[in-house]
Amino acid sequence: MRLAIFCLTLSLSLPHMALAAGEVTEFTLDNGLEAVVIEDHRSPVVVHMLWYRAGAADEPAGSSGIAHFLEHLLFKATDTLDSGEFSATVEANGGSDNAFTSWDYTGYFQRVAADRLGLMMEMEADRMRNLRITEDDIVTERSVILEERAQRTDSNPSALFSEELRAALYMNHPYGVPIVGWRHEMEQLSREDALAFYRRFYAPNNAILIVAGDVSPDEVRALAEEHYGGLEPTPDLMPRMRPQEPPHLADRRIYFEDQRVARPYVSRAYLAPERDSGAQQEAAALTLLAQILGGSGVTAVLSRTLQIEDETSLFAGAYYTSTSYDDSSFSVVNLPVPGRSLEEAEADLDRVIATFLETGIDTEQLERIKFQFSASDIYQQDSVQDLAREYGVALTSGLTVADVQAWPEVIAATTPEDIMAMAQRIFTQTPSVTGYISPPQTSDSLEEASQ
Amino acid sequence: MSMILRGLSTMAALVALTLPASADIDIQEITSPEGISAWLVEDHTIPFVALDIRFQGGTSVDPEGKRGAVYFMTGLLEEGAGDLDAQAFAERRESLAAQISFSAYRDSVAISAQFLSQNRDEATGLLRDALNAPRFDDAAIERVRTQILSIIEGHQQDPDELASQAFNAQAYGDHPYATPAEGTLDSITAMTRDDLVAAHRAALARDRVFIGAAGDITAQELGELIDILVGDLPSEGAPLPGLADYALEGGITVVDYPTPQSVTVFGHEGITRTDDDFFPAFVLNQILGGSGFQSRLMNEVRVNRGLTYGIYSYISLADWQPMMIGQFSSSNNLVAEAIEVTRDIWRDVAENGVSEEELEAAKLYMTGAYPLRFEGNGTIAGILAGMQQDGMPTEYINTRNARVDAVTMEDIQRVAARLLQPDGLRFVVVGQPEGLTSSD
Repeated sequence: MRLAIFCLTLSLSLPHMALAAGEVTEFTLDNGLEAVVIEDHRSPVVVHMLWYRAGAADEPAGSSGIAHFLEHLLFKATDTLDSGEFSATVEANGGSDNAFTSWDYTGYFQRVAADRLGLMMEMEADRMRNLRITEDDIVTERSVILEERAQRTDSNPSALFSEELRAALYMNHPYGVPIVGWRHEMEQLSREDALAFYRRFYAPNNAILIVAGDVSPDEVRALAEEHYGGLEPTPDLMPRMRPQEPPHLADRRIYFEDQRVARPYVSRAYLAPERDSGAQQEAAALTLLAQILGGSGVTAVLSRTLQIEDETSLFAGAYYTSTSYDDSSFSVVNLPVPGRSLEEAEADLDRVIATFLETGIDTEQLERIKFQFSASDIYQQDSVQDLAREYGVALTSGLTVADVQAWPEVIAATTPEDIMAMAQRIFTQTPSVTGYISPPQTSDSLEEASQ
Repeated sequence: MSMILRGLSTMAALVALTLPASADIDIQEITSPEGISAWLVEDHTIPFVALDIRFQGGTSVDPEGKRGAVYFMTGLLEEGAGDLDAQAFAERRESLAAQISFSAYRDSVAISAQFLSQNRDEATGLLRDALNAPRFDDAAIERVRTQILSIIEGHQQDPDELASQAFNAQAYGDHPYATPAEGTLDSITAMTRDDLVAAHRAALARDRVFIGAAGDITAQELGELIDILVGDLPSEGAPLPGLADYALEGGITVVDYPTPQSVTVFGHEGITRTDDDFFPAFVLNQILGGSGFQSRLMNEVRVNRGLTYGIYSYISLADWQPMMIGQFSSSNNLVAEAIEVTRDIWRDVAENGVSEEELEAAKLYMTGAYPLRFEGNGTIAGILAGMQQDGMPTEYINTRNARVDAVTMEDIQRVAARLLQPDGLRFVVVGQPEGLTSSD
């Protein structure tokens, strides 16, 4: 059993100390490829990730889903690999591999024995520039992504509702378009669409390499030079400019009815600031606000009041995504007990939030939440894959390694006044989108009557 | 497909000799002062310990007419214990930053916990109370009852759940496996506090507990900790249910549900871990429908035909009936073809076995992936508890890859013919599939 040294250097003076989470090293190759190395020497395993600063929000209008479609197509042939050979080779080495797409990034990863890192880099570098897609690939893989949409979205009324709510929240920004794409546009996605997106965004100077596990930074640097170093950068890489949101002037409402809905609920979303490099305070306040209002179990303000005290709710919560390239969102949700209407559920949410704005923060609760944040820095070290992912999301969202490392301190330094200021801004000065999801009222009652 | 495999065999020659033979892991088998055994992987790198505690039996020890009792009881373990009501319990857990989760499965009640080293004693005391002195307060019972009723109603609108429920109902006769673990609207509505107290007494006992631990704790400290956690539980729990009568016949069951994509669960009888043919079957399944993108099913149904986003099969080693089960979702106009292709592949492999390249690739993947599993305290603790529950010795870790490597083409051919029953497959389809009707 090998023991790593870096973690032993943590001295534990919780809760006010930010912990380093694994030894993190960064460097940049001459062709612009940025690299981050996270060491964990407990097991002879390495996670190799390549992230592109290109996601669904970077797609040309009218070809929604192309970023995700291209992600699937990257497992097809290159100049030197047959279609499917990439994954077959990873598996022949005992590894696993996959990929993911979001609005702000596309990422590819393999988890393998540490001594297979060079082979992974060789293949990943190859498919950054040498992809060969055929028309046959397009036809079958387009069917796969349509099946993926059917499975994840069309079969799930809650997912459809979220899609509608998001489309209403973002009036101009492409965050309102689903990552997987709108079905009618997915059906038309072509080889040319995929190759255009590939040529524009898949370049070493638009990518971030993250390697986490039983490796040394020197080793990673040497391998990265060898395999990625020879790739030509794209000289005319354009800055990421997405259409931005205009000021939201009006509250909006949506009513989504679907006969498959078993449990009606109400959800409300607000546009909210995200973490910006060197300016993470507002996002830290919102992160804590979401925990205070709707965090874990029965101690948060919404769940304690509505689930435990009033017994009017089966579930109440709050959500905020802190890490995002452009404006993020803050939302609250209330799933009422059977027999209670969505109008009443919405009024319940309003009342609890209004009371919170008057009475303010329970400082003991805030201390517990902050302690859990510092503890999560310990627990998180157990999975370098999660840590690698955190860095990948941050770096493709305009943040730096220094921002990621400063985040725990920014959270710890956030005061009740900071949090209440953000609460006032969100709940009293920001127009919102409120959505109801329920079965169709009339047909549902008819069905019940006829049974 | 043949092109992929050509690429693979070259690769195989390159890597076969260099993969680690087994996981580099040191398991201590310990016995507590009160005689309770546990497995430990000690690692002081990160200042926390992960525990995985499993009580065999799980929801299958529900008494007749009380379906859902163990599931309901498990949901209440974190809703107040000892001096603490639900709210105070949750606050205490947060103030310790202890991570504790309680789950009820068909073969076990499982507790997974992670405690910081700096407050491990306090966190242990909190979990001790939850396991030994749950309060079952009336307010908590009513709140959880409402939640479970809502979950049951949700399942009735969830095509994945509907498919599993319909499959289980046909497969397991009158065994508890045949019905949903969370109970029915009627059984949950009728459940009393006495029923829940009895379920606690029945399911959490020392004669059925398996404990895995990994992280910042010594063997002696772990022995003391487990005596505190489970040493005062009853020595014996409720009788275990015994084997299920396998009741499935080949055919197609369509459950009409308005959704654009049909969910299909399929399967037939499986094989036990103690069977001499287990390892060939294990390798066979990897080739047929195992993880990753290389399996026959994934290659043909997804990669070549685009009929689904994902399809897989697995050998289910449930305690009371081994099964071979698979699942996929396909649009209503594609699902009939996907079923036909699946059955054809099943038949082809049953009759013709697999190619040498496929066998070689599966072995490389399985033996290479195995040592990589043992990463992280939380994962390791879970593996340790699971191995004990399945009656596997610690040496299994060192012999497992050799047993995979020993599987021959003849083994695969024999076991494929014995195990795979293309005409015995039952497909349960939930949706509005085109060109498909129930066969009986």
